[in-house]
Amino acid sequence: MSDATTTGPVLAADGTPLKKSLSKALRRQKIRALMLIAPLLLFVTVTFILPIGDMLFRSVENEIVSNILPRTVVELDSWDSTSGDLPDEAVYAALAADLLIAVENRTHIKVGIRLNYELSGMTSLFKKTGRVVDDFDPDLTFAEQFIDIRDDWGEVETWQTIQMYSSVYTNGYFVSAIDMRKGPDGLERLPDGQRVYITSMIRTLVMTLAITLLCLIIGYPVAWLLANLPMAKANLLMILVLLPFWTSLLVRTSAWKVLLQKQGVINDVLVWIGIISDDSRLAMINNQAGTIITMTHILLPFMILPLYSVMKGIPPTYLRAAKSLGATNWTAFWRVYFPQSVPGIGAGAILVFILSVGYYITPELVGGPSGKFLSNWIAEFVLARPNWGLAAALGAILLGLVMFLYVLYDKIVGIDNVKLG
Amino acid sequence: MALDDLKNAYVAFDRVQKSYDGEILVVKDLNLAIGKGEFLTMLGPSGSGKTTCLMMLAGFETATHGDILLDGKPINNIPPHKRGIGMVFQNYALFPHMTVGENLAFPLEVRKIGKSERDDMVKAALDMVQMGDFAGRRPAQLSGGQQQRIALARALVFKPELVLMDEPLGALDKQLREQMQYEIKHLHESLGITVVYVTHDQSEALTMSDRVAVFEDGRIQQLATPADLYERPENAFVAQFIGENNTLNATITGVEGNMVAVDIDGGMKGHALAVNCGGVGTRTILSIRPERVALNSDGPNKADAKVMELIYLGDHIRCRLVVSGNDKFIVKVPNSAGQKHLVVGETTPISWHSEDCRALDA
Ligand SMILES: Nc1ncnc2c1ncn2[C@@H]1O[C@H](COP(=O)(O)OP(=O)(O)O)[C@@H](O)[C@H]1O
Ligand SMILES: [Mg+2]
Repeated sequence: MSDATTTGPVLAADGTPLKKSLSKALRRQKIRALMLIAPLLLFVTVTFILPIGDMLFRSVENEIVSNILPRTVVELDSWDSTSGDLPDEAVYAALAADLLIAVENRTHIKVGIRLNYELSGMTSLFKKTGRVVDDFDPDLTFAEQFIDIRDDWGEVETWQTIQMYSSVYTNGYFVSAIDMRKGPDGLERLPDGQRVYITSMIRTLVMTLAITLLCLIIGYPVAWLLANLPMAKANLLMILVLLPFWTSLLVRTSAWKVLLQKQGVINDVLVWIGIISDDSRLAMINNQAGTIITMTHILLPFMILPLYSVMKGIPPTYLRAAKSLGATNWTAFWRVYFPQSVPGIGAGAILVFILSVGYYITPELVGGPSGKFLSNWIAEFVLARPNWGLAAALGAILLGLVMFLYVLYDKIVGIDNVKLG
Repeated sequence: MALDDLKNAYVAFDRVQKSYDGEILVVKDLNLAIGKGEFLTMLGPSGSGKTTCLMMLAGFETATHGDILLDGKPINNIPPHKRGIGMVFQNYALFPHMTVGENLAFPLEVRKIGKSERDDMVKAALDMVQMGDFAGRRPAQLSGGQQQRIALARALVFKPELVLMDEPLGALDKQLREQMQYEIKHLHESLGITVVYVTHDQSEALTMSDRVAVFEDGRIQQLATPADLYERPENAFVAQFIGENNTLNATITGVEGNMVAVDIDGGMKGHALAVNCGGVGTRTILSIRPERVALNSDGPNKADAKVMELIYLGDHIRCRLVVSGNDKFIVKVPNSAGQKHLVVGETTPISWHSEDCRALDA
């Protein structure tokens, strides 16, 4: 640079400092780019980010108790739940006042249902109390009259539950989702027979891993054939691979029911060949085997296609080069071909794993009691016995698990070592 | 070729044929004997079957008919990895997931050579191609020329006696290509290995080879030293393919010893060396190299030519002339003192010696 320019900032042609006019130009560019992707951004926000955000929020949200029973919540705040004594008269009076309004708005049942998740019997307690709340006698204490209606109002546990779930946010759904409950002295595990979700999570993970592994074992040779057969044969094979996509998921799942059931085609053939006897037919449906077989079939193309696209990019000269250097067929494959196909394995495995871990319809249809996934529980809490908070907590845990495995994968294999096409 | 020759040769193709689809013969009746330590080049246009021959020798394709012998023994049934032949591929085929050092160690590892000896051999091979500092790099981090050297080092590191190269310099720019030609040639001389080299670049073939086999359509058209190929082509294809060449169509009118008298189409008469032509009355193609034509009427074969185009090339001037109806007749005029200065459109006398004019197959 000449010494003339060292005295001040570099100027653009119109005299403004160069830095300023550059950032102005860049800003205009950025705004234009942003406007271009705005519809997409909006779409993603509305269809993806908002629902997931809503779900995560529902898993901790608990406004219902403090909204419907505001006075009770305030009064109950000063009650020591560990003392073993019942709350004082003021609490009962507040509850009576709250319930009067709640009954008018018909919201007392909602509180009952909400509290029933934590302590069974709460729904009917609130229902029954709601029916008689108008008839309180001002001459008697509210406590007496409440306990008259149902003994439960005289139980410390009832009040403990209301107090515990009176805050606006709760970790209660997550606590239930990991088979625990909040006792008076901290978290405690549920009794043996009632622990279902952790088992279901572990089962979901193990079965998903089994499905991913099976897809890999079956898909790898198929993808290899696809990439290495002559054009005409490869195209035919590709059609066979894609054929399942053209058939409804329900049809495919039902077809497996026909094939796998006790009196089904496969058992018939095995009996006919004489491999198994007629009275020891294999149970392959309505259990874990059924889910794994059917899901492997359904998800196989998602393993084959990324593998194929990676393998297609590996020139056959590498294998020839390895052999010319003295490697046997196996060594050439294992040392030269396989490492280069790893990005395809990564992509296929992630795809199959993520699709499979959240699968719902197939396990529901062919899984039986032992072959169900965590998503079947989520569906149950959304549809059959509504408890969206618990469904959301289970969903959040599932999401967390997938993300954890993703990070783990990134640490071990490296996420940039994944090639989807 | 006598069978004796094939028996003594280091590499021999004995009546080899190859067809991929059962309909077309890609290699037709190939007979070729390569001596130990020889640098033999297969030269020919694209699709003439050179790669196929190399692949049959390496064991990646099987001959449809005939035998391939290595050191006197048929190798048809030996799988590629047991043949111990080094190979350099056109796109180098360096393993992208291994470093340069690992690439070179690969052939030694599969041969179960111990770690310390392996390291020494890898180092020696890298030094041989002046790439000693690059052992830790990935192939993708090297330039084309450097990758080429590594591919060469990898094909040589396990000390094969026979090395095959399939257009190894095809992807390099001209300058680098010429430099590598000399380096490969020097390696061949210092290591005493036998090299079978494939190229479609005739100047590359002439520069590097002891002998060149000119391929066309699955056949060897001529197998000779570079000098013989250029100066004594045996047929019109070779004459046309190697170097620059002027052709004139003619009819033979008389045979005198090893010379023939010819009537050139367009009315001119002259004499030519009988190389590969028939008797009196048959058609022939005359081949004359541009540098053998003089711009005077001193030689025994004379003609008048019209100057169509002049291209200045520094050391010489290329003149395109019309001679006997052939408007692609090239003459190279040295850019030296005392040379006649031509002008486009003028008519000039030209002449050539009868020995420089070869009568070939029509
Ligand atoms: N794998 C193959 N399958 C079928 N035809 C082939 C195959 N490889 C080469 N060919 C055919 O054989 C002929 C010779 O090919 P090639 O040996 O590669 O020639 P070059 O190396 O001299 O260019 C070409 O016509 C080519 O189309
Ligand atoms: Mg070729």
